[in-house]
Amino acid sequence: MHRFHKLDKMTSTRCAVCKYFRRRCPPDCIFAPYFPNDNPQRFTCVHRFYGASNIGKMLEEMPVQLRADAVESLYYEAKCRIQDPVYGCVGIITSLHRQIQIAQSQLAKAQAEISFLDANFVGVEPTSSLSESLVQQNGVEHDLDDPFSTWFY
Amino acid sequence: MGSGSSPCASCKLLRRRCAKDCIFAPYFPPDDPHKFAIVHKVFGASNVSKMLQELPIHQRADAVSSLVYEANARMRDPVYGCVGAISYLQNQVSQLQMQLAVAQAEILCIQMQQQGPDQLPAATHPSMMDCDVKSLLLSGNNTSDFGDQMPQFLSYTSSSNNVIQDPLKRESLWT
Repeated sequence: MHRFHKLDKMTSTRCAVCKYFRRRCPPDCIFAPYFPNDNPQRFTCVHRFYGASNIGKMLEEMPVQLRADAVESLYYEAKCRIQDPVYGCVGIITSLHRQIQIAQSQLAKAQAEISFLDANFVGVEPTSSLSESLVQQNGVEHDLDDPFSTWFY
Repeated sequence: MGSGSSPCASCKLLRRRCAKDCIFAPYFPPDDPHKFAIVHKVFGASNVSKMLQELPIHQRADAVSSLVYEANARMRDPVYGCVGAISYLQNQVSQLQMQLAVAQAEILCIQMQQQGPDQLPAATHPSMMDCDVKSLLLSGNNTSDFGDQMPQFLSYTSSSNNVIQDPLKRESLWT
């Protein structure tokens, strides 16, 4: 009776990872804080692409306070890969790069139009070109030397 | 590979015989060992093999490229990986959209100034009589979404909202 009671206690407190592998979940299990047993899908999703030992190694190599974010990002990337098995989250990055190019082109056209309107209509006070000063302030420039760009250009 | 020449980068790293139909060979040539090494470190060879097996052959090259990209991103930023890049790019898109909205409001202001109050369309909103870019942008603003405020001025719609199924802002991901 006592043995079964102990077994129940052990199995009920296992994290999702240890439950998946049908092993004892030690008190210092590296996965337990991030893969609770009430959300098994989270681990199966991440495990499908990264593997438990790789995840464990990644977590061991980083400070404890960063591990939760790391697991979240791995989970996000795994979900993206499920949705798009060919490109995963890289498809999203490609799309964002394209959107940036389009927006930059439209912004350049709009600013050219402002300059044209300012220059060609006499008697109208030139506007302060709020948009230009915003660009100078915030300086959104698409850096083609950005290492994230190399795959797309 | 498989024809007697040197094994592919994968089989070399895994120290095994490179079969004729090795699934890795077309994508991990022996002259670029780093490519497979990094993918193996992040994903693991067996996971990569499974992923490739589940794809039609004509899509595998692109899949490998995206895996290499993700693995590189994860090595560069072990905590956030590609998600860090997505967050950064989304921020850029938002800033550009804002700048574009301001520029388009400015154009409208200039055009209104040039036309003069007599010639404004009858349906012009009273707030537009006072042609100030900021007031144009902020008039009737109960949200911070420029797209909702002035849809008629934005030829570039905020399609970025449709790109990512889960709106990816760091603050919403990690509660």
